[in-house]
Amino acid sequence: MRVALFATCLVDALFPDAGKATVQILERLGQSVEFPLEQTCCGQMHANSGYFEPNLVRRYVDTFEPYDAIVAPSASCVGAIRHQHTMIARDAGDHTLAARAEQTARKTYELSQFLIDVMHTEDVGAYFPHRVTYHPTCHSLRMLHVGDRPTRLLENVKGIDLVDLPRNDECCGFGGTFSIKNPDVSAAMLADKMESVIESRAEVLCAGDRSCLMHIGGGLERIRAGVRTMHLAEILASTERETKKP
Amino acid sequence: VNSGELIWTDDPPFARNASEAVNDSQLRRNIRNATATIRKRRAGLVAETPDWQELRHAGAAIKDDVLHHLDGYLTQFEQNATDRGARIHWARDASEANAVVTEIIKQTGETEAIKVKSMATQEIGLVEALRRAGITAHETDLAELIIQLSHDKPSHIVVPALHRNRAEIRRIFADHMPDAPKNLTDDPHALAEAARLHLRRLFLKTKVAISGANFAIAETGGLLVAESEGNGRMCLTLPDTLISVVGIEKLIPTFRDLEVFLQLLPRSATGERMNPYNSIWAGVTEGDGPQNVHVVFIDNGRTKALADTIGRQALRCIRCAACLNVCPVYERTGGHAYGSTYPGPIGAILTPLMVGVEHAPQLPFASSLCGACYEVCPVEIDIPTVLVKLRRDAVKAKPHRAEDATFQAAASAMSGRRRWTAALRSAKVMRFLRHTAPPPLSKWTRTRDLPDPPGEPFRDWWRKRGQG
Repeated sequence: MRVALFATCLVDALFPDAGKATVQILERLGQSVEFPLEQTCCGQMHANSGYFEPNLVRRYVDTFEPYDAIVAPSASCVGAIRHQHTMIARDAGDHTLAARAEQTARKTYELSQFLIDVMHTEDVGAYFPHRVTYHPTCHSLRMLHVGDRPTRLLENVKGIDLVDLPRNDECCGFGGTFSIKNPDVSAAMLADKMESVIESRAEVLCAGDRSCLMHIGGGLERIRAGVRTMHLAEILASTERETKKP
Repeated sequence: VNSGELIWTDDPPFARNASEAVNDSQLRRNIRNATATIRKRRAGLVAETPDWQELRHAGAAIKDDVLHHLDGYLTQFEQNATDRGARIHWARDASEANAVVTEIIKQTGETEAIKVKSMATQEIGLVEALRRAGITAHETDLAELIIQLSHDKPSHIVVPALHRNRAEIRRIFADHMPDAPKNLTDDPHALAEAARLHLRRLFLKTKVAISGANFAIAETGGLLVAESEGNGRMCLTLPDTLISVVGIEKLIPTFRDLEVFLQLLPRSATGERMNPYNSIWAGVTEGDGPQNVHVVFIDNGRTKALADTIGRQALRCIRCAACLNVCPVYERTGGHAYGSTYPGPIGAILTPLMVGVEHAPQLPFASSLCGACYEVCPVEIDIPTVLVKLRRDAVKAKPHRAEDATFQAAASAMSGRRRWTAALRSAKVMRFLRHTAPPPLSKWTRTRDLPDPPGEPFRDWWRKRGQG
């Protein structure tokens, strides 16, 4: 099986650790992975802001079409690939691209989906002795329906103290450019999410999307809450030999 | 085209209204409490309905059939309702609809009317139009009465006075209801009793009633109004004249289809297994109820919405407001911030689809696209997808030069490997931006820190690793 990593533009640019961790998990499980350098962005930020970019869809499809499976450390980006790419291609009148995009989207997986549905493993041999709470991001919960896959993976991490996040199905208020266009509503939603995180008494907030974590983490840091944010991949990549520091 | 009260000002400024609303502590608490209560009740009832998802599919399919064959169902309804003694009128927009209703009432010689709660009449601004023609229309739904007495606007589709608590309602009754008891308390029973006595006088003397309809049944020419208080039933049965203003998308093909919708609607709207009052009538029944029965079908932008291939699913809407109750944005802003008769997620798509997105370009952006609305919608309207599509239309209709340039620059940087790699390496400027972020980035840093940029982008690590 030829597997490609779609790092996503945000991880490539600002959060390389989530990308490195994804590579480490896959290789530890004996799955080699390639990183095609032609990749850039899925185009979600553009689309959700009102700018449909068929060129980004085309770039994604051209880059990843040859692979058997594509794995990305982001439910939001995979959601956009699965639910927006064909719409954007069709909107541009390119029905060939729409058909190819649909095929490529079908073999694009969010990390927890890939590990459980394709690799058939719930225990990736991780060790992480910290108190962790998991926030199911909206797109993982309601767009990709990853369900309990991430928590099943976390429950198998040795040493972890996994605690529930109160009101975990509520949006954190990020929403991409929503956080800039409606900054006060976004901040009000963030305040409630931070309250839940603090209520959980966790030292690490974990999620499958660095974007939401950038927003929640930025707020937690501002109030010096003493809670760090880590991508699901970073926790799953931790081992006794190589423990990621929260 | 006059769309009435569909939007309250051209280009309603959601972002500014919302910024004010989030700081209104009383409003925040009222809305949080009310939506949490309905949300919980709905969730409990949905959990006990094993075929809920099948009901949703059925609801969506029936409505899609109606929307695909609207002309046929409308004429079928017209024929059947006319045969049963109703007069059918057609109105293209708000002013035509208001003119028709005004004329019907003038012909009766009456100057007062009682009203059943109705979004359609709200949308066309009927009460105001009648007032200008010298006719007083009294709202009889308890919440609408509260709104009318306080010269306020509804903030929710099902619970229009959701933004008010009982202390505020006591104050409104004491100040604006002439026959309110002197020592009125904020005990809910006392408030309800005061309204009851006030309304009872109106029911017994008023000869004209105005309603909307939840469903219009093509097969029988019948209309259905679902309500909780029984005040609607009073309006629908006591007066001589009954005028119903109905959106053309309210049709359902057969009586049997109510089996689906009367399960979906009450559970989604008020968190009840059935509505306390379901009134159904078709035309005139001799010696029983109103003898002068009119139905005014309104378009008012509905055919415009129907022409939008992605957006037309919004016309399936049965006005249950489940999407408002779960929306994290609505929960923090309330309904008024949307500046539209239809607030919340459904308003953010329905309103621009009906008035044209150029007149409400901010509304499709009033969402974090969290998808909670789609999940609860009883007729499976994919609100997030329609929002994204309308954002595209809004950007085209009302271009914003600086924003267009930013997104073009980003797309250009993402258009090739070399450009993208160069852009990634310059991401280190964020270290500087972290502390002195210019607008619009300052909107981020006002409440959150920016992340510390990494030493190198992911792809540089990957390449070095390959070489090592």
